[in-house]
Amino acid sequence: MRKSKTQHEKLRRHETKVKRLISNMDGQTALPRKNGELVFQSPWESKTFGLAVALHEEGLYGWDEFRQALIDEIKKWNSNRNENDKKWSYYERWLSSLEEILVKKGVLSKKELDQRTEEFGKGLRDENHRH
Amino acid sequence: MKSTVGGNQTENLHKHEEADLAARVRALESLLLEKRLVSTDAIEKLIASYENDIGPMLGARVVARAWVDPDYKKRLLKNATAACKELGIGGMEGENMVVVENTPTVHNVVVCTLCSCYPWPVLGLPPNWYKSPQYRSKMVIEPRKALREDFHLEIGREKEVQVWDSSAEIRYLVLPERPKGTEHMTETQLASIITRESMIGVGLPTRKKKSRSRKRKR
Repeated sequence: MRKSKTQHEKLRRHETKVKRLISNMDGQTALPRKNGELVFQSPWESKTFGLAVALHEEGLYGWDEFRQALIDEIKKWNSNRNENDKKWSYYERWLSSLEEILVKKGVLSKKELDQRTEEFGKGLRDENHRH
Repeated sequence: MKSTVGGNQTENLHKHEEADLAARVRALESLLLEKRLVSTDAIEKLIASYENDIGPMLGARVVARAWVDPDYKKRLLKNATAACKELGIGGMEGENMVVVENTPTVHNVVVCTLCSCYPWPVLGLPPNWYKSPQYRSKMVIEPRKALREDFHLEIGREKEVQVWDSSAEIRYLVLPERPKGTEHMTETQLASIITRESMIGVGLPTRKKKSRSRKRKR
C-alpha cells in the first residue's frame, strides 16, 4: 500500500530524528556503514537495531543511557578478548547492551529470555507469532 | 589437512553463533511484544525506513509534480536539488542531483560504476542489485541487453539508451514519461504509479494505481 503525503512527512521527520540519534555514536560504537548507509548483515541485526530504537522511543530509556551501555559492553568485550575466540559482532554488542538495560529496569529477566531463546532455538515456538 | 579442519570448525561455530543470536533476538522481541512494550508495527516501520520504504515515495512526488506542472518540470531539469527543496525534500548525498528526462526518443538509465552512489533523499537506500558488480558493468557495456534480460524491459530501436554514471559529486534521477491514459489522474494518484525502478531507468511506471506484484523486500 502506498502512503499518503502526510504519512511521508511523518516518516521523513522520524527518519531525521533517528539519524540524529545515532549520529553522535563514534569510534567503536559507530554503526557499521558502507557508502554512508547503514549495513545489516542479517535480519536479526536490523531487528536488534529496530528494537533498541523503538524501545527508546517508547520512553523506556534515554538514548545516552543506551549509548553508555554499549560503550561498557564493548569495553567488556575488548578486555575479555583473549578468553573468547569469538568473532567481533557489532550488533551482538547492541543486543547485550539492550539485554543489560532491560534486566536492570526489571522489564525482563535473563532466565526468562534464556528460556524463550531455547524454545525458539528448538523450534518449539511459532516463528511467525505476531500480535 | 589439519588447518582446513580447524577452519571448518571455526566456520561452523560462527554459523552456530549466528543461529543462536537470531533465536535470541526473536525471543527478545516476542517477550517485549507479549509485555506490550513495543509493537511489531513500530519495529517494522523503523527497519523499513532504513531498508527501502521512505525514499522512493519522495522521488515519486517529485516526478508526479513534474508531470502535472510544466513550470516545475523546467525548474527540476534545470536545478533538481533546488526543485526538490521546494517540496521539502533534500539532505545528505543529494546535494548535486541531476534529473534526466525520458522522451519518445531517449531512455535514460542510472548506474554507479565505482560503487553505489545513489540519490537517497529521493530514492531511499539503493536496492541490492544496484550495488552488484554485474549490474554495474553490464549496464554500461550492453544496456539494452541488461534491461531486457535482467529487468524484462524492452526498449524500442526508436529510442536511444543513455547511461548515466552516478558519482559522489553528481547523482542522477530519471524522469520517466507519463504513461498514456493517465490524463484523468490527480497528482497523488500519479505518485502512486511511479516506481523506484522507473526512476532508475530499469522499469516503467505501473499502469495500475496499486501494484500487486511488488514484493516488500525483507
